[in-house]
Amino acid sequence: MNHNEKKKIWQEMGSYLTAVFIGVIVMIPFLWMLSTSFKSKGALMQIPVQWIPKEPSLDAYRTVFSRFPLLRAIGNSFLITGSYTVVTILSASMAAFAITKIKFPWAESIFKLYLASMMIPTQVTLIPLFVIMNKLGLINTYPSVILPSLFRAFAVFMLVQQMRSIPNDFMEAARIDGAGIFRIYGRVIMPLTRSAIATLTVTTFMESWNDYLWPLLMLSDKNKMTLTLALNSLNGQYGTEYNLLMAGSLISMVPIIIIYACAQRYFKSGLMSGGVKG
Amino acid sequence: MEMGVRVKNIKKRKLTIQAVPFMLPSVLGMVIFSFLPIVISILISLTDWNGLDKLNAQTLKECMVGFSNYIAILKSSEFWNVLWHTVYYIILYIPLVLVMSLFIASILNRNMKGIGIFRILYYIPVLTSWVAASLIWKWVLSPQYGVINQLLGYIGITGPNWLTDKVWAMPAIVLASVWKDMGFYGLFLLSGLKAIDIGYYEASRVDGAGKVRQFFSITLPLLTPSLFFCIIMALINAFQLFPQVQIMTEGGPNGATQVMVERIYTYGFKYFKMGYAAAYSWILFVIIFALTLVQMKLQKRWVYYES
Amino acid sequence: MKKKMVSVLLTGAVLTSMLTGCGGQEEKAPAQQTQEEVQPKEEASKESIDISATETSEETVEITYANFNASGGNEETLDKMYAAFQEEYPNITVNIETIGYDDYFTQMQTRVAGGTAPDCYELNIENFAAYANKGVLAELTGIDVSGYNATALSAFQVDGKQYGVPGNFSNVVLIYNKDLFDQAGVSYPDDTWTWDEAMEACEKISALGDDIYGIYQPITFNEFFKVAAQYGGGVLNADKTEFTINSPENVQAAQMMISKIVDTNVQPTESQMGGMGDWDLFESGRLGMIPTGIWAFGAFTDACEFNWDICVEPGGTQKATHFFSNALVVNADSAKKEAAAAWINWLASSDAAAKMRIEAGWDLPAISDETVLVGYLEITPPENRQAVFDSLDHLAVAPIIEDYSLMADIITDKLSRAASGELTVEEALNQAQEECSAQIKL
Repeated sequence: MNHNEKKKIWQEMGSYLTAVFIGVIVMIPFLWMLSTSFKSKGALMQIPVQWIPKEPSLDAYRTVFSRFPLLRAIGNSFLITGSYTVVTILSASMAAFAITKIKFPWAESIFKLYLASMMIPTQVTLIPLFVIMNKLGLINTYPSVILPSLFRAFAVFMLVQQMRSIPNDFMEAARIDGAGIFRIYGRVIMPLTRSAIATLTVTTFMESWNDYLWPLLMLSDKNKMTLTLALNSLNGQYGTEYNLLMAGSLISMVPIIIIYACAQRYFKSGLMSGGVKG
Repeated sequence: MEMGVRVKNIKKRKLTIQAVPFMLPSVLGMVIFSFLPIVISILISLTDWNGLDKLNAQTLKECMVGFSNYIAILKSSEFWNVLWHTVYYIILYIPLVLVMSLFIASILNRNMKGIGIFRILYYIPVLTSWVAASLIWKWVLSPQYGVINQLLGYIGITGPNWLTDKVWAMPAIVLASVWKDMGFYGLFLLSGLKAIDIGYYEASRVDGAGKVRQFFSITLPLLTPSLFFCIIMALINAFQLFPQVQIMTEGGPNGATQVMVERIYTYGFKYFKMGYAAAYSWILFVIIFALTLVQMKLQKRWVYYES
Repeated sequence: MKKKMVSVLLTGAVLTSMLTGCGGQEEKAPAQQTQEEVQPKEEASKESIDISATETSEETVEITYANFNASGGNEETLDKMYAAFQEEYPNITVNIETIGYDDYFTQMQTRVAGGTAPDCYELNIENFAAYANKGVLAELTGIDVSGYNATALSAFQVDGKQYGVPGNFSNVVLIYNKDLFDQAGVSYPDDTWTWDEAMEACEKISALGDDIYGIYQPITFNEFFKVAAQYGGGVLNADKTEFTINSPENVQAAQMMISKIVDTNVQPTESQMGGMGDWDLFESGRLGMIPTGIWAFGAFTDACEFNWDICVEPGGTQKATHFFSNALVVNADSAKKEAAAAWINWLASSDAAAKMRIEAGWDLPAISDETVLVGYLEITPPENRQAVFDSLDHLAVAPIIEDYSLMADIITDKLSRAASGELTVEEALNQAQEECSAQIKL
């Protein structure tokens, strides 16, 4: 017993050390961003890197805050990203449910088509999609940046993989209890995939939050500008002011980190112990 | 027999009707925002459209050139070089990123105090923009001042000139990409790990199985659906490798890191040969699609779905 | 198996029906479209843009102007300029879109192809060449161009037609580290220098230390066409019908550029740079000379802890210097070309705008009247600011052709292969000549 406990403590120590080691490797660039954002102009890009700014200043943050209507941009970003994420989760989970659990004819073919759609680089579909949006009269409206979330092959694919590993016993049990198909989707399958949905929420939120080119094309009205758009107007033809860029990136990372921290509690085991089989 | 078929048809119809409300939003979105642009891009690939003249049926009809873009690409030595660079990247990147993300996921899956903080830390590279990430990697990889070459120096190895060396530029990009992406795939594998029924572990512990055996007989098989997802996504994303190359090497030194999407972007938006770029994309598509289909076929052998 | 065939066929059928559906929809209008499209193009070429008419007209016009030049810190100055413009032209309202440089051209190309380009916008020289040659820009006629710097203005002519005005102006001078020159005991460079004197100085400065170098001159197309001009060469023949990349003059020019890396090593190789940028190298006091743009003055003033000054770049058999200018252009499909042209012309050449541009330390206006520029001369360092204007006497114009970017990339690639020792200079230029001739129709 004693021996076992010792072994356990060593193991735990080992795990912590590994975790910290990887943590350090992963954090280096972040720390560099942090340090750069506190530098004043000049001497930004020195090699070897200057870790602690000689004359730390908040100038970069001040400039970023003063240059744009930042609150407005943040509000727009939340509106767009929030809707985008909700629509993605709903639409993708419904499709994944139909593909894996209803198993209608063609489900597999449609699934393959979905997968295939990810394999064409967006660089060549950009102009056609722009023309379609223009024909639909959606340019310069919020829906132009939100509606594409209806179809996100990546999200469907991920949820399909997750739902495939849910034993059909659960569905059968619910069906015998007299649950309808919508109830099975909402009350049985969705809760069982919640860790995947939490992951997807974070990923989708991040992608939409950081999306640049599409909102740039769609939203030319300054009042609809997102935070990412605002921050990207910091780069100029003759080089970029990196302290501003880093300060801006850090500000824009905060909401994603908050969302991620909130999603943490859903990264629990999806299935309760002893639920099936085993 | 006929009755059976009819019953089957009725059942099929019923299933389809059930599926319609669930599929509708996603299919609608697919047709408008993905399918139509993709179909138009096929048409573009058959033209020498410059990407500036107004895009409409008239323009495309006027600059139709048939399959000559495809022929020109397949005949050019550049294409085969670029394809090789891409494949080279994939061969290095996919195993490395999978091992690293599996490693991260299994650390994060431990019930240690304060693990939540590490979960956030490990995701930070994913949140960092490539602009910031590649600046720091340029420094990490710097031949004279970089961390990597300094470490190599301690064990008596003279490190290469990474980004400016033809041989080492691509491995350098792989390193940076693995660093940036491992948290992303790690998170998916973590959600896969979390979905494994703890009951299995309890049962096997009763049977006297050790940790290693548990990993290979329970964790790994039950994780295969998530692993499959990660492999396919990594494959699709790796073929479309772009921003890190654009920022770190711009395809250099001497074209050693020119890859498919970097070329597609250059042809479409820099040289104004959008037809050529579209044909490039469709050749890329055929390659990825074929590989994915092979994976789909092979998954029956190694991916384990409980249902 | 059969089932699969059926599903494949079905998907195919859906595909084709979609296709024809979409085609049909768009085909419905070809008659309309041709009318709509051909007309503006004709207008673009025939109609002259007469500004005097706009000045007196009472109607208010609203136009959109997209630019990248103001991004990264000069948006407020642009707003001020617009306010001044409105006092002169109260009837023209301009919606200004300032977009970051990085994705500016991707978005502009998409908007042009999508038929929703802004009425007037800014282009860099590479993109101007393509846009102008592909007929998406309106010819600017009837505007008063007498106030512009003639060379800068001529850069935006294609086949003798003016498709853009130079919106801003920056040129290249030789910036040098006075302290290093003193240490090496070399006299400071002056206007009379050729590359021979410069190379001698380089060698003495390089001798000061292992990680000190004489000069850094990027191995790029941009640099090459200028140096070629200094030796009396050029990448195109006079009527732009043939490439002349491997002419003897060009070989001599490229030899000068490359040999200081591979032979004398007074310029660092890429690995000797160790991932540092050329400005960083100069700022850290390890570089004797750097021919670079005047937009470096601000950064060098902030970062350099040594004395530095500028002079006109050394030449070969003659002098030639670089300038950078962005074109302000009018969309050929715009319904408000006069108003758009009035705005860009005012923005680029009016005294009021020019003064604001200089006061804000943004960049220079491309105008010929040097009295407006006096304020610029008074700022130090560099002490010898006059060299900025002296350099204007030798401007080399970029060889504008439709496939400018492709040509530039091919030549840059070959030159950097020569710089890494993979090819000799002759081989590099021969290959560049061959590939450019094969891939680009002139």
